[in-house]
Amino acid sequence: MSEQVAELEKLSEYKYGFSDNVHYAYQSQRGLNAGVVRTLSGMKGEPQWMLDFRLKALDIFNKKPMPTWGGKISLDLDEITYYTRPSEKTESSWDDVPADIKNTFDKLGIPEAERKFLAGVGAQYESEMVYHSVQKHLEELGVIFLSSDDGLRQYPELFREHFGKVVPPTDNKFAACNSAVWSGGSFVYVPKGVHVEMPLQAYFRLNAEGTGQFERTLIIVDEGAQVHYVEGCTAPTYSRDSFHSGVIEIIVKKGARCRYTTIQNWSTNVYNLVTQRAVVHEGATMEWVDANLGSQLTMKYPSCYLVGEGAHGEILSMAFAGPGQHQDTGGKVVHGAPNTTSKITSKSISRAGGRTSYRGLLKVYKGATGSKSSVVCDALLIDDKSRSDTYPVIEIDENEVTIGHEASVSKVGEEQLFYLMSRGIPKDQAEGLVVAGFIEPLVKELPMEYAVELNRLVQLQMEGSVG
Amino acid sequence: MTSVLEIRNLHVSVADKPILKGVNLLVKQGEVHALMGPNGTGKSTLAYTLMGHPLYVVTGGQVIFKGVDLLELAPDERSRLGLFLAFQYPVAIPGVSVANFLRTALNARRRAANPADKGIPIPEFRKLLKAKMDMLQVSHDFAGRYLNDGFSGGEKKRAEILQMATLDPEIAVLDETDSGLDIDALRIVAEGVNKLAGPNMGALVITHYQRILNYIKPNVVHIMLGGQIVESGEADLALHLEERGYDWVREKYQEKAEA
Ligand SMILES: Nc1ncnc2c1ncn2[C@@H]1O[C@H](COP(=O)(O)OP(=O)(O)OP(=O)(O)O)[C@@H](O)[C@H]1O
Ligand SMILES: [Mg+2]
Repeated sequence: MSEQVAELEKLSEYKYGFSDNVHYAYQSQRGLNAGVVRTLSGMKGEPQWMLDFRLKALDIFNKKPMPTWGGKISLDLDEITYYTRPSEKTESSWDDVPADIKNTFDKLGIPEAERKFLAGVGAQYESEMVYHSVQKHLEELGVIFLSSDDGLRQYPELFREHFGKVVPPTDNKFAACNSAVWSGGSFVYVPKGVHVEMPLQAYFRLNAEGTGQFERTLIIVDEGAQVHYVEGCTAPTYSRDSFHSGVIEIIVKKGARCRYTTIQNWSTNVYNLVTQRAVVHEGATMEWVDANLGSQLTMKYPSCYLVGEGAHGEILSMAFAGPGQHQDTGGKVVHGAPNTTSKITSKSISRAGGRTSYRGLLKVYKGATGSKSSVVCDALLIDDKSRSDTYPVIEIDENEVTIGHEASVSKVGEEQLFYLMSRGIPKDQAEGLVVAGFIEPLVKELPMEYAVELNRLVQLQMEGSVG
Repeated sequence: MTSVLEIRNLHVSVADKPILKGVNLLVKQGEVHALMGPNGTGKSTLAYTLMGHPLYVVTGGQVIFKGVDLLELAPDERSRLGLFLAFQYPVAIPGVSVANFLRTALNARRRAANPADKGIPIPEFRKLLKAKMDMLQVSHDFAGRYLNDGFSGGEKKRAEILQMATLDPEIAVLDETDSGLDIDALRIVAEGVNKLAGPNMGALVITHYQRILNYIKPNVVHIMLGGQIVESGEADLALHLEERGYDWVREKYQEKAEA
């Protein structure tokens, strides 16, 4: 890691100047306490209000119990390193990268240079260049696309106005944790009426910094504006840090449109506990497209708070659990205004002992008359060892609403496999084809290159060659 | 060399219930055999068994295809060896387009022949598929539809023949492909089968109706009863059945009909 950082620091110093190079004598330590928070905030040169916010969040984190829902978290939170200055990160080399991950890179045909980056042991300069040319174009539109740290520095007022409002630290223990020690993530602002045609890809921005453990993303889509934000990539992302807890806050103002696409494929040592939520105003639309393939345990329920009349929220979620994995995912929609509409579609696949759970909340407040919602969750089991559950919660305080809920669990049918095999397709490929068909409704919503990669990856997972 | 499918004294059970009780049949590349018989006598059982459906358990006999013991092979291997089954009830695969499916099937063949094969280039595949769709007068948007998903009965049957045309088998078993086709579709499908049949393909056409045999001229017509082939004759045997039904067959082979 240090090699990468050193290279990047050189780059930033000479070319772009967006990262300060001062060396602090700071030893990273385990566990989370006020000392860690103060040092972190101080090193970033943050304003007082942010330090206060972090300290308050720390207090909440200490008081909050572990969530009672979701999967089994076998982590000792006191043993975790919550902040490490990049230059002090221990040397990590290509040799440390697990063989199964290297193997997958081979199978996916990922270029040499990119592999090192994805494995967290090298930087990728090509995408750095792409990022900067994208930046120039966005600046012309008045769009802000920065790391959250830079966002706070460069747009302190806009940042402060919205930060921590959609997901307050009190929301849950992990949101509190993130609020105390967040670092990295994206800050996006799209001005009124501006339609950003190309998807904003966090991938490019993140390549310049490496991925963080406690990312914090804040996206503001002003009235009538439109944006599509894409986070993650299909190739397996190796992280030595086993605990990842992000927070994503999105504000979609009147008549605006936002789509947030995530493809998560962490290495299977990672606990990925994310809180992502959007507040959706009058006539606005929020769409979450969420694909989770990696990690040991994912707990992630993208939510839409429909607070303005006619707001629309959509959640399209896909999870794939292989051996030893638990994907606890779903969605949450709150209808708080009349004529709001929502749709949750969840597709999960469990294979070779993997476990998926759908956890959903649908809440309609009194007064949200004429609201409509439909929830469809389909689970596909590849074999008898695997497991899938659904935990839907529906709370309706208004009579004048239309709600639909459907859930199905199916097995890859013997008849389907026989049919495909009778055309010369080997069994593992036939299973892969059935699975590809099953997730097609999600895949076709992805940008082309992601769709192709996701399909390839699912095929690989099905062949059992990905750990 | 002419490929031969030879079925010798084949016995098959489903869920421990004996269905086929000694079937003998020899189909050569270039020949058309019709297989008729009352409902539930085991025609589809024979078709599924040939293709290797896991529910159909062979309890005796042999099937030799191109000199290979067919019963030793998995369904995908049988297919790649040159056997094809047009299903009586094709299965839907939601989310998988006809084109994607057929390309996967073609590539599986190429890869089995040469593991280093990169797969059929997409433009070449498009051209091939278009030509086959035109031959069977299938609209081109068929290619983009999800396989058998929401297809009408007739569309499913046409999709089966489109698959057959694309995969180019040496022996094809058509299980009631004519059922559910309208009059025009029947003619088109039959013409398609004829074009393929020629010297390159042999066909075992399972049917209840003599009508399709007006288009596809069989070399032999077989009658199955109680899990055996009890009569084999020329094309006029089908006409005979059409006029007189199966009663005379049942009478003639009473003990088998009751078995
Ligand atoms: N999967 C199965 N499970 C149980 N019984 C079966 C199964 N498949 C076939 N059988 C039984 O085997 C017998 C033969 O069925 P088969 O489908 O081969 O008949 P068929 O000659 O094709 O009839 P049809 O003309 O109606 O298509 C029937 O009694 C049927 O119920
Ligand atoms: Mg039948």
